[in-house]
Amino acid sequence: MVSLDSVLLWTVAIPLVGAVISFVVSDATGRRVAALTAFLTLVISALLGLQQKAGMWHELDWQWVPALGLRFHLGVDGISYPLVLLTALLTLLCCGYSIWHTPTPGLGNHLGALLLVIEAGIIGTFLAQDLVLFFIAFEVVLLPMAAVIAVWGGEGRRRAALKFALYTLAGSVLLLVGVVSVVVQTGSGDMTQPAKLGAEAQLWIFILFAVAFAIKSPLWPLHTWLPDAHTEAPTVGSVILAGVLLKMGTYGLIRVGLGVTPDGFARAAPVLGVLAVAAIIVGSLVCLAQTELKRLIAYSSVGHMGFVLLGISTGTAIGLQAALVGNIAHGVLTGLLFFLAGAIKDRSHTGQLAELGGLRERAPWMAGVLGLAALGSLGLPGLAGFWGEAFAVVAAYSRGGPLWTTLAAVAAVGAALTAAYLLRMLRKVSHGPLAPSLATASEAHWPEVAAWAPLVFLAFLLGVVPVIVVDLAAGASLISGAAGR
Amino acid sequence: MIWPMIIAAGTAVAVLLVDLVFPRWYAPFGVALAGAAATAVSPYLVQKGQLALLCAEADRCSYVLDDTARLVAALIAALTAFALLLYAPTLRARDAPAGEVGFLLASAMTGGVVLGGARDLITLIVALETLTLPLYALVALHRRRDGAVGAVTFFTTSIVATAVSLLGAALLQLQSGSVHLPYAMREDLAGGRPLAIAGLILLLTGFGFKVAAVPLHAWAPTTYDGAPVPVAAYLSTASKLGGVIAILFVARAAVEGDLRVTAGGTLAVLATLSLVIGTLVALRQQRTVRLLAWSSVAQAGFILAPLGGLLLSSSASLFAASLAYTLFFLALELGAFSGVVALRPTEDGGVLDDLRGVGRAAPWRAAMLSFALIGLAGLPPVLSGLFAKITVIQALLDVDSLWLALVVALISVVGLAVYWRPLAALYRGSVDDRPPVSVGPFLPLVAATIVTAVLSVVPQLTMSLWE
Repeated sequence: MVSLDSVLLWTVAIPLVGAVISFVVSDATGRRVAALTAFLTLVISALLGLQQKAGMWHELDWQWVPALGLRFHLGVDGISYPLVLLTALLTLLCCGYSIWHTPTPGLGNHLGALLLVIEAGIIGTFLAQDLVLFFIAFEVVLLPMAAVIAVWGGEGRRRAALKFALYTLAGSVLLLVGVVSVVVQTGSGDMTQPAKLGAEAQLWIFILFAVAFAIKSPLWPLHTWLPDAHTEAPTVGSVILAGVLLKMGTYGLIRVGLGVTPDGFARAAPVLGVLAVAAIIVGSLVCLAQTELKRLIAYSSVGHMGFVLLGISTGTAIGLQAALVGNIAHGVLTGLLFFLAGAIKDRSHTGQLAELGGLRERAPWMAGVLGLAALGSLGLPGLAGFWGEAFAVVAAYSRGGPLWTTLAAVAAVGAALTAAYLLRMLRKVSHGPLAPSLATASEAHWPEVAAWAPLVFLAFLLGVVPVIVVDLAAGASLISGAAGR
Repeated sequence: MIWPMIIAAGTAVAVLLVDLVFPRWYAPFGVALAGAAATAVSPYLVQKGQLALLCAEADRCSYVLDDTARLVAALIAALTAFALLLYAPTLRARDAPAGEVGFLLASAMTGGVVLGGARDLITLIVALETLTLPLYALVALHRRRDGAVGAVTFFTTSIVATAVSLLGAALLQLQSGSVHLPYAMREDLAGGRPLAIAGLILLLTGFGFKVAAVPLHAWAPTTYDGAPVPVAAYLSTASKLGGVIAILFVARAAVEGDLRVTAGGTLAVLATLSLVIGTLVALRQQRTVRLLAWSSVAQAGFILAPLGGLLLSSSASLFAASLAYTLFFLALELGAFSGVVALRPTEDGGVLDDLRGVGRAAPWRAAMLSFALIGLAGLPPVLSGLFAKITVIQALLDVDSLWLALVVALISVVGLAVYWRPLAALYRGSVDDRPPVSVGPFLPLVAATIVTAVLSVVPQLTMSLWE
């Protein structure tokens, strides 16, 4: 059998090479090169799914900078594989979408190049099995994403971009201190077999990790960068941001927080759980009062990621699996919602809910897809959003004790609120009399349909058979591995 | 014989002579450039092994040519050559006299070449002064710009700094009876310890002026901004390297002489103040060179931060980290200043708005300048800047100096906001006229970018140079 270990390298290298090429060629060619590269990356990363086995499916481990304890160590397993695929898919959709439509000031080749660098950084984060490498990949995403917002974004783009950059950098420097502490104390940054740390060290290192990942995820009350970034970002920026960039936070919490500092995680879990439920409630309440479409979807992310974090914080196998499913489902559905919000704003030139309405009269298909995405997002059984949220609540309830039972109950109320605000959004946008801003709105164009179709398909598929994307055994083995330490 | 010194000093003399007999700008310029290049390679080509000079006893020599001395000599000479190249458009436009500039830079280079091998306090201070003394004149030596304020500020503060250093050296010599390192730090006189502590603090304070560490930094923004940009580049790279090397030597001697805590405490204070104040004030600067000057103050904090760890440990890795950060920093800082000069060859640094639209008009130069700025902020894709920060934080955490590591980490967040403004200016709007192209400043810019790129892949090159 051919070894697929070197494929790991290509999943990171191909986007980088493609980014350089599309940066230097002309605009029109560059957009196509970017899309082609994204397609190649998707094919290559899909190959990683062959030859699955227990533990790491494929692994690549090279010496890089011994003085810093840095190894070029990549690996893929059941936890990272679906996220890698989701990243590759969303990048392909965004690059393809950008061929057709790039907001002012144009320069679609530069946008494509930046999206590819972001892709390489995110995939690198999901594949890294060395702590320092993980941190570097985590940081790679920062400036290109800020540039996407600052150049192609809306009115307040520069402020939002700087806020995003500074906020997330504040998180990642704490991650750096945590990572280096682990390397210094154990002499190794290996994430596949993390060395045992003392209980005290674990607690404070986990706190550093938790703050870093809480900012990225984002967890209330560290979420305030997200609404601005989402509102100002161009459509493709929002899709990548919500679809996969936030997942770096939850993934990091699982892989690094739980994997490297399990004792610290266990001790801090109740705090995380309370904050996660607070995020669900706060996110939903803010959404109910929200008047801007993209801001509403952005805040809904805070609520949805709250469910994912609640699942993780239970520290149980079922909670972790709920989190993994919820991660992917949120990526698919929120990616779709942002695509739709972008399409609506392109037509109406406004995101104010008060100025929208009657979309189903002008563009029934588009309104239908929006309805589907909203229903999926509110957790309707049969669509992708259901499993993650329902089982996060179940996991919290099954932990038992007054605290977790209360958290489960409050989270369930939050789920009802989620339904309320998403239905409110549908009523404002799709129903009612036709708003003047949408009077000339056209039906979905085929490039838009092409970008939405895979996500709609996944929303159904995940809703019916979630296990095809999530390796249940991987989550369970991570938990038992962490408990064993 | 000690060839690097002789070539460096010979270059200075040759420039003067050539300028007399052949008064075209390129003649002394070419001689100075060739001399600097020869000095840069000579430590590795001509002299092998270790060499000691002016020895009072077997292990009390005033000058030792070892690997550190070779490295410092080569770096200073290379930075001198780059400063000359940056100055080429100005010299060509007759805005500054080529003969004088070549002579002064070659003289400064001679001081820097000696510095790396200095092993007693007198040689160290004299070498450092020789490195900086010619720069007072260079700051003012420009036909169209009034550098007098900058030069006088620099001159007066430097005189004070030298006096403070000399007082410190005198106190150390008084209580130990020796000027040789590390013996000058050892307690010899009964009850001499307070003298030694005071002497060490004064000595480090004096050297703190040279690296522009807070609270000894006030001269730097005025002087950098008043000086021609190539001279500011030299002040922020070569002159700063000189100060760092002197501090490293003194701190090493202090560790051997049982004054570790005094040295660590002093340097921890300097580092923390530089990091915080340098970064915060840089946030508000409107002029490009002033922003770089304040950022250079903050970078001095990053360089000194590992030595602050001496409070808790005498680990040699602290020195190695400080030197490694300095090397990463030199390439990035040279890139930043060269980028400014390459975009404005015969002008001053201007305000940030002068950079507007340059990203479209001169994409390659703007990209290389951005590369350096992102590196100074310590972020990918310029991994060398990130590795520099990791090196410092790792060295500090290695000796359990958590609070200093946290200061370094958190202040680099604010640092991004500092470098964000010139970066955003470069890529905002568009202008029609392309900035004039000049070959001279292009070479240092390309060289700095290449070195930075190499260090991004193999950062370990910088990490084991401290012996």
